[in-house]
Amino acid sequence: MRSSDDADAITIEGLGKTYGKKEALAVVDLAIPRGTVHAVLGPNGAGKTTLVRILSTLLRPTRGQARVAGFDVVRQADDVRYRIGLLGQHAAVDEELSGRQNLDLFGRLYHLGARGAAQRANELLEQFGLADTGTKAIKKYSGGMRRRLDLAASLIMAPEILFLDEPTTGLDPRGRTDVWDSVRSLIGGGTTVLLTTQYLEEADQLADRVSVVDHGRIIADGTVDELKSSLGGDRVDVTVHEAGQLDTTADVVARAAAGPVTTDPDRRMASAPVQDRMAALSKIIRELNDAGIQAEDIALRRPTLDEVFLHLTGSEHHENNEREVTA
Amino acid sequence: MSNTTVLTSPAVPHPAPHTARSRTTRLVTDSVTMTRRGLLYWSRNPGPLVVALLFPVMMLVMFAYFLGGGMAVAGGGDYIEFLVPGMLALTMAFGLENTMIAVTQDVNRGVLDRFRSMPIAPSAILVGRSVIDMLHSVVGLLIMIGAGLLIGWRWHGPLAAALAAVGLLLLLRFAMLWVGIYLGLVVGKPEMVQAVQILVWPVAFLSSVFVSPTTMPAWMGTIAEWNPMSATAGAVRELFENPSWAASSWVTDNAVGVAALWPLALLVIFVPLAIRRFSALSR
Ligand SMILES: Nc1ncnc2c1ncn2[C@@H]1O[C@H](COP(=O)(O)OP(=O)(O)OP(=O)(O)O)[C@@H](O)[C@H]1O
Ligand SMILES: [Mg+2]
Repeated sequence: MRSSDDADAITIEGLGKTYGKKEALAVVDLAIPRGTVHAVLGPNGAGKTTLVRILSTLLRPTRGQARVAGFDVVRQADDVRYRIGLLGQHAAVDEELSGRQNLDLFGRLYHLGARGAAQRANELLEQFGLADTGTKAIKKYSGGMRRRLDLAASLIMAPEILFLDEPTTGLDPRGRTDVWDSVRSLIGGGTTVLLTTQYLEEADQLADRVSVVDHGRIIADGTVDELKSSLGGDRVDVTVHEAGQLDTTADVVARAAAGPVTTDPDRRMASAPVQDRMAALSKIIRELNDAGIQAEDIALRRPTLDEVFLHLTGSEHHENNEREVTA
Repeated sequence: MSNTTVLTSPAVPHPAPHTARSRTTRLVTDSVTMTRRGLLYWSRNPGPLVVALLFPVMMLVMFAYFLGGGMAVAGGGDYIEFLVPGMLALTMAFGLENTMIAVTQDVNRGVLDRFRSMPIAPSAILVGRSVIDMLHSVVGLLIMIGAGLLIGWRWHGPLAAALAAVGLLLLLRFAMLWVGIYLGLVVGKPEMVQAVQILVWPVAFLSSVFVSPTTMPAWMGTIAEWNPMSATAGAVRELFENPSWAASSWVTDNAVGVAALWPLALLVIFVPLAIRRFSALSR
């Protein structure tokens, strides 16, 4: 029955979706090898959810085709459904019922039988640290707990392929790391994961390869490292106390930098891309010391999604996703 | 949180090859599970259920005692004996609202996406809904019959005829159920349900539930006579041997047949419409 290349868990050819006149997905071609994690990175409205919904059989494509686990998502939807797990952008659980009741119902709907479903519900509640939630309805859960239960529900069948649509949007840092940990353990087990995100850092943390999407098209594709080095890697920002020291500082930064230095006199800041983060950082600190300059702040940071888009499309994009690692 | 063994658990089930199950087996199993879900909802939150069951009783009491004193049955006879079969038909028809509300809530629940991403028989979601609503209506009908008996209504015909009357009432409810599923899918948003809730009232009064259509202006009377609710009310009055409205017409002469055909016609139209509309969720 599996006609497509067995090495690929997901193959997408010329896939598109149009709502009325609105083209949500223009043309997407993509192949995702088994056992890998692929991130789809893009801003609001890029078409991420549309792609995930087509691949998880919730939505019919307008054109093109997609195979998941070797099965066509339209014509062999049930074969696909037995092999995938879906963590949608919004919670897909019964808010009125308890966590256990939810998992139990889902297990029955996967035809595990009453005993099998109850047993699987127990295991998953245990593994996700939700065993002591008792009969509390999910609408009374915290956001993080709800997301964990949602993830547990998508793992009932230990799926070959898992779709995660913005798995950590709206979670606090603790909830975010929890979800990342769960996803990492799945990756260890050989699951193929397609995740969408608006955070470059999330793709960096989890994914082998990244497709950057915008306006329903893939505008860049590659490993996280390739993507980052095309941007010149990380950036360093050095802020000094006195504007008069900025020129010397810029020289220091230039000697450690992997690209052009930009200075911002108002913020008394010099910044530049760097290749080897730690080496560059210590070099800058050392040379500033030698020059007798006291830095107010030295920060290493990942390129932001803004910078990715600036680089790829030449257009600024509104979301701000800056995260600082203060040295 | 210890989630490092998510996939290595030995009890991890393996995808059952669904081809081994016939479509019918799956539909039955999945419908049972969806019904189970409805029962869980009731057990967790019985309030709305109780209100929905008692509302028709309140209406019956209001019409019997507040208005009943001023009512005369066109063909002669006790108004309560005339009213109760009408109220039974009305209760069944108003079940439409409960179904509609439940359906709009369901399509707006995120969980529907999960159901649809699972290898279940898609119509099981609708079948589950109809089983739950029919259970609700059977209980509701028994409560209303009990309330009717308490305020002095009796059936006079043979038991078999009385059971046939109950059958016709449930048939009407079943037809309304599918009309409700369809309308629920069409309006989509719970806020829109209110509009329909208001519209059912004129439809209810434009029938033989409360008064004889002969007391209405002629054109209204004709519409009232052909109202499916009137058909069922008339047939049920005949089967219970309760007073009916006097005038003889084609509809009143064939009351039982019309009461059986009306719901069947509605089902023929609305079951396919509802299923089509439901599968259109993936467009
Ligand atoms: N049902 C629909 N009808 C019409 N347009 C839609 C529909 N669903 C999505 N769209 C449009 O299609 C485009 C892509 O939407 P999609 O939800 O896939 O984006 P996204 O990348 O997931 O965005 P977000 O980050 O906000 O979740 C958007 O412009 C959206 O407005
Ligand atoms: Mg989205």
